[in-house]
Amino acid sequence: MFLLSRKPMNTRSLVSIDDFSSEEIIKILDMAEDFEKQPVRKLLDGKVIATLFFEPSTRTRLSFESAINRLGGKIVGFTDSSSSSVTKGETLHDTIKMVSSYSDLIVMRHPIEGSARFASEVASVPVINAGDGANQHPTQTLLDLYSIRKTQGTLENLNIFMVGDLKYGRTVHSLMMAMSRWNATFNFISPEELKMPDEFKLYLENQGLKYYEHTDFTEIISRADIIYMTRVQKERFSDPIEYEKVKNVYVLRNSMLGNTKPNMKILHPLPRVNEINIDVDTSPKAYYFEQALNGVFTRQAILCNLLGINTGRA
Amino acid sequence: MKKEPKQLSVSAIQNGTVIDHIPAKNLFKVIQILGLDRIDHQITFGTNLESKKLGKKAIIKISEKFFADDDINRIALVAPDAKLNIIKDYEVIEKKVVEVPDSIVGIAKCMNPKCITNFEHVTTRFRVVSKKVVALKCHYCEKITGEDNLQII
Repeated sequence: MFLLSRKPMNTRSLVSIDDFSSEEIIKILDMAEDFEKQPVRKLLDGKVIATLFFEPSTRTRLSFESAINRLGGKIVGFTDSSSSSVTKGETLHDTIKMVSSYSDLIVMRHPIEGSARFASEVASVPVINAGDGANQHPTQTLLDLYSIRKTQGTLENLNIFMVGDLKYGRTVHSLMMAMSRWNATFNFISPEELKMPDEFKLYLENQGLKYYEHTDFTEIISRADIIYMTRVQKERFSDPIEYEKVKNVYVLRNSMLGNTKPNMKILHPLPRVNEINIDVDTSPKAYYFEQALNGVFTRQAILCNLLGINTGRA
Repeated sequence: MKKEPKQLSVSAIQNGTVIDHIPAKNLFKVIQILGLDRIDHQITFGTNLESKKLGKKAIIKISEKFFADDDINRIALVAPDAKLNIIKDYEVIEKKVVEVPDSIVGIAKCMNPKCITNFEHVTTRFRVVSKKVVALKCHYCEKITGEDNLQII
């Protein structure tokens, strides 16, 4: 059994969105706003950031690397565990011990759930969870919150539509938990097989928040402030016929946007396959590419926050 | 010649602990948690006994053995209604009930096969999110392990 290392009291990691209070989340969003206005600032000059991607990632890794580069930090790491000592049988514990002596902060994606929490306990430097299996992906949640606040002007009292795979989608679970802090109303639209799990619905009930479940959303789309689309994957269905029946029900098309609210925006964690028709891309309500860009500003804010770097904001 | 009437030897103990009101199906889990399969004390147990509260219950009597509260509370996971009678000279000198603790360290296995605790040497840690019907939330993968899936390490 490994003993957990002692580390300085001020070492703070971001493993799960619940690690941060509402006030801390707002502070990060405010910092991200500053970075959007002025993204190139040499605040990480002389810092080495380790990016350990034990499984492939495109958007998350590139946006972290972009964020670090714009802040003048240096990057060490790997993009695939086949090029690391994991292939020699090294434990995660030993890899993290070693890397935390080479770097000032670790960004890690790993396929095993709970690996990020474990890494944060082993490391002597802050750890940012860039996705641990189906568990948590808090930087995605923070960039989603940033996108929502930026487009709606507030996080309070919004009507959030979540569409597609609500059973396995970690991004919708984390976003739902986070938005529940600001009195959101939720509409869950999914096939029967991919409904929001009971534990999350119970959580909302305990918070006294309203949620509604639907299997189709064409009738109710006019009420949405945010439509958060996710991909319905064929491999999630035990019966392929069930997939064929529902695969077109959860596709958003430009023709469906006629009666939607003027402030409504469409978000998607990307990659998109066919759940948002490309004719939506030119709509002013499509926001998913800007959302991805917001990931860079949000991650700049998270890096500076965890490293205790003064960005000039009180 | 007059025969002595046959008598079951699972009778009262002189000194030790009687653990009563164990759900019959969890008797062996209790034995495992308390490590009773590895000690030299005289132990008798009965199972599938009638119980108004539990349906079928089990009982364990351990001679010359007294438990610390922290040790005994470990069985609360599988026997939340268990009652202990502390026996001295055939008399019950103290009764105790078990309490489900708020956190569980190193006793239970996380049921999520993709959890880090099932890959590396990590001590399992859970927050008890429900005490009536035991539900444990893994400190690492955040998945819930329920009573039905509970495995003792």
